[in-house]
Amino acid sequence: MADNKVMLSVKDLEVYYGSIHAIKKVSFEVREGEIVTLIGANGAGKTTTLHAISGLVKAKSGELDFCGSNLRSMEAHRIIRLGLAQVPEGRRIFASMTVQENLEMGAYIRRDSANIQKDFDRIFERLPRLKERRRQIAGTLSGGEQQMLAIGRALMSNPKMLLLDEPSMGLSPLLVNEIFSIIRDVNQSGMTVLLVEQNAKQALEIANRAYVLETGTISMSGTASDLAADPKVRAAYLGAAD
Amino acid sequence: MEFLTQIINGLSQGSIFALVALGYSMVYGITQLINFAHGDIIMVGAYATYVMLILAGTPLWAAILAAVLFCAVVGVVIEQVAYQRLLNKNAPRISLLITAIGVSMLLQNLFQLIFKSDAKSVSNVLPSFPVPIGPLEISSVTLITIATSVVIMILLQLLVKKTRIGKAMRATSEDAGAAKLMGVSSRNTIAFTFAVGSGLAAVGAVLYVGAYPSITPYMGSLLGLKAFVAAVLGGIGSIPGAMIGGLLIGVAESLTKAVGLSQITDAVVFGILILVLLIKPTGLLGKNIKEKV
Ligand SMILES: Nc1ncnc2c1ncn2[C@@H]1O[C@H](COP(=O)(O)OP(=O)(O)OP(=O)(O)O)[C@@H](O)[C@H]1O
Ligand SMILES: [Mg+2]
Repeated sequence: MADNKVMLSVKDLEVYYGSIHAIKKVSFEVREGEIVTLIGANGAGKTTTLHAISGLVKAKSGELDFCGSNLRSMEAHRIIRLGLAQVPEGRRIFASMTVQENLEMGAYIRRDSANIQKDFDRIFERLPRLKERRRQIAGTLSGGEQQMLAIGRALMSNPKMLLLDEPSMGLSPLLVNEIFSIIRDVNQSGMTVLLVEQNAKQALEIANRAYVLETGTISMSGTASDLAADPKVRAAYLGAAD
Repeated sequence: MEFLTQIINGLSQGSIFALVALGYSMVYGITQLINFAHGDIIMVGAYATYVMLILAGTPLWAAILAAVLFCAVVGVVIEQVAYQRLLNKNAPRISLLITAIGVSMLLQNLFQLIFKSDAKSVSNVLPSFPVPIGPLEISSVTLITIATSVVIMILLQLLVKKTRIGKAMRATSEDAGAAKLMGVSSRNTIAFTFAVGSGLAAVGAVLYVGAYPSITPYMGSLLGLKAFVAAVLGGIGSIPGAMIGGLLIGVAESLTKAVGLSQITDAVVFGILILVLLIKPTGLLGKNIKEKV
C-alpha cells in the first residue's frame, strides 16, 4: 500500500481563526486504498484540518492537493464533485428531513438515477436500520442511527475518498464497534479513508498509518501498529500506565 | 351570517399576508436575514401591474407574469448588490437589518421619483361580481384571492418538498455548512430563494390591487410589516407557519373590524406581535428541533 499513488496530499498547511493560529505547518498524505487516521486530543485541530480540506474554512497558506486538483482554489460545494466526501463532526444530518431525503441530499451532485438507486440498495443492505426507518424524520433517530445516516449520506455521493470526523463520538461501546466495522467494510470495498478520532485505540486498530496532532502540529507519524506500540502514544492516547 | 362573511373576507386578506409572509420566512430560514425591503417588493409588483395593464394595455395574465418576473429579478438584484457581501462575511445581523431598511427607503424614493407620490388607480384588475354561496354573498375578488393563494401554496409545497432545488433550500436553511458538503451552492440557493419570495410577493401585489385599487410608493410599508408579524406569529423560517400566520392575522383584522373597532385593527395586529414575542418567540410552528450531538 506504501507504493499506491497519493490521493490526498497536505503540505505546510496553516490555518488561522482571526489571531488564533489553529494549524501550524501540518503535512501528511493519504494513499489510494489506505485508512489513515489523524488522532489528537480536544482542540488539537483535527476538525479544522478536515474543514480546510473540504473548504469550510480557508487555509492561510500551504498546499492541498486531491487527485491533482488544488483544493485551495475551490469553493466548498465544488470539492465533493472531485470525489471527496465528508462525514462531519457531530453528524450534522438534516434533522427535519426524512432518512430517505438525507440520503438523496448525499446524492445531490449526481444525475445518474439508475446508479443512485443501486447505491441506495447497497447502503440499505449494509445499514438495514436505515432501510426500516427510511420514512422517519432524521432528527428522531438515535445517536448511532444518525451516525450511520451521516456515513450513508456521504457514501451516496459515490466518492473516491471518505473523510470521517470522530464518528464514534458519544456512542456506546457496542455501537462504536459497529461504526468501526462499517468503516472497515467500506475500506475493503475499495474506499480510501481519512479517519479523525479521539478514540485512538480503535482507530489505530483499523488504520494502516497514523498521524498524531498536538496543538496544531503533527508530533508523530508512522504505521498504525508502530504508533500503537509507542510508549508516548500509549501514555497519552491509549490510557496505558506503563 | 355576517360573521361567516367576515371570516371569509379575513381569509382572503390573510392569504395576501401569507403570500408576502412566505418571502420573509423563506429568506430568514436560509440567511437569518430579516429583509425589511420585502414589503416594498409588493409596491414594485403593484406598479409593474399598473404599467402593464394601464400604460401598456396588456391582458391580465401578461401583467401578472411580468410583475412576477420583474419582482423576482428585483429581489435577486437586491440580494446580490446589497446583501451578498454582508452574508459572505458573516456580518453582524444589525448591519444586515440597517442595510435592509436602507434598501426599503431606496425603493420607496426611487418609485416616488419615477411615478410621483400621488396614488395611481387601477380599478377592476380582477373581475368583480357577487357570488352567492348558500345564504352568503361573497365578492368574486375575495374568492379569486383565496383560490389563487391556495393553488400557489400547494405549488410552493411541491417545489420545496419534491424538487432538487427545494431540497437544497431546506438543507441550506437547516445547516448551510453541511449542505455545502453535499455540493449545494449557498449562493445559488439564496438567490433562488429571493427570486421565489419576491415572485410570491408580486402575486400578493396583484391580488391586493384587485381588492384595493390604489397604488402609492409607500403602500408596501404597512402591508409588509403586517406580513412580517404573520411570519413571526407562524414561526419565522417555517413555510407552513407563514401560511397559517398570514391567515390568522387576516381573520383577526377582519373580526376586529366586524365588532366595530376598525380604528384599532393595526393596533391589534401589532399587539399580536408583542404577545407572540412575550409568550412564544419561536411562533406557532417555529423550529425547536436541536441536533443531537
Ligand atoms: N470557529 C472558530 N473560531 C475560533 N477558534 C476556533 C474555531 N474553531 C476552532 N477553533 C479553535 O481552533 C483549535 C482547533 O479546534 P478544532 O475544532 O479543529 O479541534 P479538534 O481537534 O477537532 O477538537 P475536538 O476533538 O474537540 O473536536 C481550538 O483551539 C479551537 O478553540
Ligand atoms: Mg473536532
